[in-house]
Amino acid sequence: MSASSTAEAPFVPKTKVGSFTNFVDERVGGSGILREFGRKVFPDHWSFMFGEVALYSFVILLMSGTFLTFFFDPSMAETHYQGSYTPLYNVEMSVAYSSSLNISFDVRGGLFMRQVHHWAALLFVASLGVHMLRVFFTGAFRKPREMNWVVGGVLLILAMAAGFTGYSLPDDLLSGNGLRIIDGVIKSIPVIGTYTSFFLFGGEFPGTAIIGRLYVLHILLVPALILLMIVIHLFMVVVHKHTQYPGPGRNDGNVVGYPLGPVYAAKAGGFFFIVFGVLALMAAAFTINPIWNYGPYDPSPVSAGTQPDWYIGFVDGALRLMPGVINDFHFEWVIFGRTLTLNVLLPALVPAGIIFTVLFMYPWIERWVTKDNREHHVLDRPRNAPTRTAIGVAGFTWYCVMWAAAGSDLIATHFHVSLNDVTYWLRTLFFIGPVIAFIVTKRIALALQRKDREIALHGRETGRIVRLPHGEFIEVHAPLDEYKRYKLVGFESPAPIPAQPNEHGVVTGKEKRRAALSRWFFEDRVAPATPAELEAAHAHGHHEAIEAGEDQKSLSH
Amino acid sequence: MGNHSDGSPNHSGTVATAGQNEVEKFQDPGLPPHRLRLADTDPVAAKRAERQVAILFGTSVIGTLVFLVAYFAIDLGDDTSIATIRTQNLLLGLGTAFAMLGIGTGIVHWAKALMPDHEVSEERHAIRTEEDRQAAVRIVDDIVDETGIKRRPLIRNTLLGAVALAPLPALAIFGDLGPRPDNALAHTMWAPEGDKLKRLTRDPDGTPIKASDVTIGSAFHVIPEGLNELHEGKLNEKAKAVVLLMRLDPDSLNPSEGRENWSYNGIVAYSKICTHVGCPVALYEQQTHHLLCPCHQSTFDLTQECKVIFGPASRPLPQLPIAVDAEGYLVATSDFREPVGPSYWERDEHERLINS
Repeated sequence: MSASSTAEAPFVPKTKVGSFTNFVDERVGGSGILREFGRKVFPDHWSFMFGEVALYSFVILLMSGTFLTFFFDPSMAETHYQGSYTPLYNVEMSVAYSSSLNISFDVRGGLFMRQVHHWAALLFVASLGVHMLRVFFTGAFRKPREMNWVVGGVLLILAMAAGFTGYSLPDDLLSGNGLRIIDGVIKSIPVIGTYTSFFLFGGEFPGTAIIGRLYVLHILLVPALILLMIVIHLFMVVVHKHTQYPGPGRNDGNVVGYPLGPVYAAKAGGFFFIVFGVLALMAAAFTINPIWNYGPYDPSPVSAGTQPDWYIGFVDGALRLMPGVINDFHFEWVIFGRTLTLNVLLPALVPAGIIFTVLFMYPWIERWVTKDNREHHVLDRPRNAPTRTAIGVAGFTWYCVMWAAAGSDLIATHFHVSLNDVTYWLRTLFFIGPVIAFIVTKRIALALQRKDREIALHGRETGRIVRLPHGEFIEVHAPLDEYKRYKLVGFESPAPIPAQPNEHGVVTGKEKRRAALSRWFFEDRVAPATPAELEAAHAHGHHEAIEAGEDQKSLSH
Repeated sequence: MGNHSDGSPNHSGTVATAGQNEVEKFQDPGLPPHRLRLADTDPVAAKRAERQVAILFGTSVIGTLVFLVAYFAIDLGDDTSIATIRTQNLLLGLGTAFAMLGIGTGIVHWAKALMPDHEVSEERHAIRTEEDRQAAVRIVDDIVDETGIKRRPLIRNTLLGAVALAPLPALAIFGDLGPRPDNALAHTMWAPEGDKLKRLTRDPDGTPIKASDVTIGSAFHVIPEGLNELHEGKLNEKAKAVVLLMRLDPDSLNPSEGRENWSYNGIVAYSKICTHVGCPVALYEQQTHHLLCPCHQSTFDLTQECKVIFGPASRPLPQLPIAVDAEGYLVATSDFREPVGPSYWERDEHERLINS
């Protein structure tokens, strides 16, 4: 035994698995990684699952999409369909459409894979959207996560791009009309529109190049960018650690939750299989995009009730809402011999432009208004930030009005109302819908805050009615325990910050505008209940409790 | 929040605390006491949860088997009916769903019922420490210093110039993505070839239409003669040339000056491509004489030369001037007198070109 050596004896693995693991570990440093991340704490809440759904949908998209590429042929060459779907037998069509039909009818499991892919795409964009709403309404975009919010916004745009490029690939009648609309929108762009259209389609619409080009964008460029953004997104999640909902024991300096191994990893990993299973169930039972019903693309026919996939709906709806002519005022202008077609350009670009500009800038807007440069890791309950919540609901309402407008014809036929009236109503809602939504949401949020205050100070209603000796009826209120109470009182209620002079002693115009915005944000506010108020409420309640002869219960009304 | 242990003080000027101070706030009581689950205290319940997880995993195995059986037992031959494909799709999907949901719900149930559910608290650390910042600044200074880029502006400026110009070829090389538009959008197949006027033919079979076939109230989907014989660019030409042909009571048409001869006996032909964003205006409301685009609901009034009466389009549908040839077939007497389809930047220029 040479125990005199000061150096530790090198680790010698005893099993085969051990020596294999050791071999890898000595070369990549896995132990250090495991030590860092193996027990990393993740807060748990059902609303944190939306981002996971998006991630898992994307993984499923990659898997099902790869399968589809083995059978899909993105060629616009003309062919006569020879597959087993008899209604289209010998019909002239593009190779792309023919191979999409073959995937559906002649490749075993092909239809299933197509439907999984399409449903996963719809779910991917939807879960991204809901995840972003969750992040917005809980204020998770605040410092230090502003940049990750922007990455999320880029991901939303990329997801819509991935969806649209994929939607067009089967070259069926419906998607062809979608491309036709895109072509019309591109052509409305001043100066470069016509050139852009010719460059995209390789000449006149529809040409023979577009499917192949969209295919490369769809299976290579866009997914690569999405993957890159996901890597950046998750990297920042690791750097920031996850946010947590407010509650006893949680503050901006800690992170409370389950360790990655085993509980969180098991839940998150298991959830992947659940998402996959649900998508498989949808693909099994619900037909999506039955391209065989539409026929090959032909510029002449179109079916009534055409709809884009849901995430493009808001742009299509905006196109529908914009009037081309009001009385005799035309929105198409000829200026210096050039055509400016605002009836297409404005609805195609302006609403989406406003939504994404405000979305990207919002963290900085709120930071400027509140002058708040602290890190926030504890989320806001939406009611505790009434103005932000109201802004979010107003924006969401605006989006939904446009989205509903994309189905204006279906609304008219299903509810037996005039299509023109539906359009007029939606045009009205386009302007006043967000205003109403803002006012209503803000009032509801303030009311919920007052309710929280009431419960924190006077306890929860038990439903037990007691008659006092002098004849008065009261409802018995049960006091909250300190943990439940802290959840209701442990929040900040910022007050407006008046305009402050800068270092030269001057109150700038910008600062005055900020102060005005700050007042608009925070002038209606409900302060959290304080211990002194609770004391006062208790004293009052105790008085009644004695009168009621209730020794243990603290009463109040 | 009541207590900030992230080290950032509540600056009085920058954070609205609304006259509150720490004393007036509730103190954080800390994490609530942990509550044990049934499976933590009752071995029977734990055993039951264990069996449930195993059953869920077993369901997954059954799902996988269902998938394999559906894949191999149902063969898609040449004479497969839609019903068979639907059945196979359903079984493959259900098999996958059970295979995945079995694993997923099993693992989640295992985690929730049997794995420790103690919430733990971990300190957050500063994303950037002041020490790191200073070290990084020193490193950057050293790097910049070693390159000497500040001392040698010639190198800096030539490099900036080179890097600024270098991407230009990357832009230029995409120049052949498409041809220049030129006047392609100004013309359609309807232009007469020499003296030969193009007949109006039925879409899609291409048979010519006699004026006598067109009864009052009827509508035809029309393509130009010779379209089906094209080998290249057939869809491109069709996308510009498709026409809707309708016959109304001649008195209900109100042709403007110069268009009196564009119709024949109440028969009128209008471009089917919407002037909004180019969908086919495929719906003809016979009673009201309206044409409706199903994509965005632009509505055009045939009795007012297809003026826009509702919806997002801003321009009337272009009219195709028609007449009858010696054999009684409908022909186009000229191309459209304006570009068809959605508006574009050069559109007005093209319209002037056509009419000059």
